[in-house]
Amino acid sequence: MVTTITNFGRSGLYDWLLQRISAVVLALYSVFMVVYLLLNPQLDYAQWDALFGMTSMRIFSLMALLSLGAHCWIGLWSVSTDYIKPFVFRFVFQMVIGVLMFVYTVWGVQLLWGL
Amino acid sequence: MSDKRPVNLDLGTFKHPLIAMVSICHRISGVVLFVGLVFLFCLFDTSLSGAAGFASAQDALQTSFVAQFITWGLLTSLGFHFSAGMKHLIMDVGVGEELDSANNAAKMVVGLTLILAVLAGVWVW
Repeated sequence: MVTTITNFGRSGLYDWLLQRISAVVLALYSVFMVVYLLLNPQLDYAQWDALFGMTSMRIFSLMALLSLGAHCWIGLWSVSTDYIKPFVFRFVFQMVIGVLMFVYTVWGVQLLWGL
Repeated sequence: MSDKRPVNLDLGTFKHPLIAMVSICHRISGVVLFVGLVFLFCLFDTSLSGAAGFASAQDALQTSFVAQFITWGLLTSLGFHFSAGMKHLIMDVGVGEELDSANNAAKMVVGLTLILAVLAGVWVW
């Protein structure tokens, strides 16, 4: 029996759990960012730069970044398997998503560490 | 598995109750947020590129209607995706799975999103 091999983890159950763990991380990160920006209406560059210079913020951001990659992949994979029937279109769509998530992850790491 | 099982996945033929609409909108808002990532990453990149970049990102959010509208749209999508996601997590622990409570939960998600959309608008403009 051929089962699906393009999902993120090895089983649907694993994907299900990952989707929830990454959701919690992303929820915490987005709430933090919104509250931070609301509490600092007079934000300047020095403060913004210092925030992302902190190790704790970099860890939190990297955690959110990796969660974003997994969360987007699992979510869009589900969408593609539900609505895109022809194999070629589905495969190309999933490849584009995969490449984009990789680009975002590397881009985010570069932004955080300024390599 | 029997091949004679009825297949009816022509979504256009279904009646969509509120729960179904919230479910499909959860997906749509997820796709919208994914597409919006390119805007957020560009904005984030610019804002951390230096004092001048920070000023130009700030300027875009204060003067460009397009940037403000995208920001509002993404905040609203995030508000919906967040609320619907919370509903999912709460249902995962077994709360709100009955028809009545699930309907109420869907209504709460819509109500909360409307409030968040207005608040996001007040914030952006």
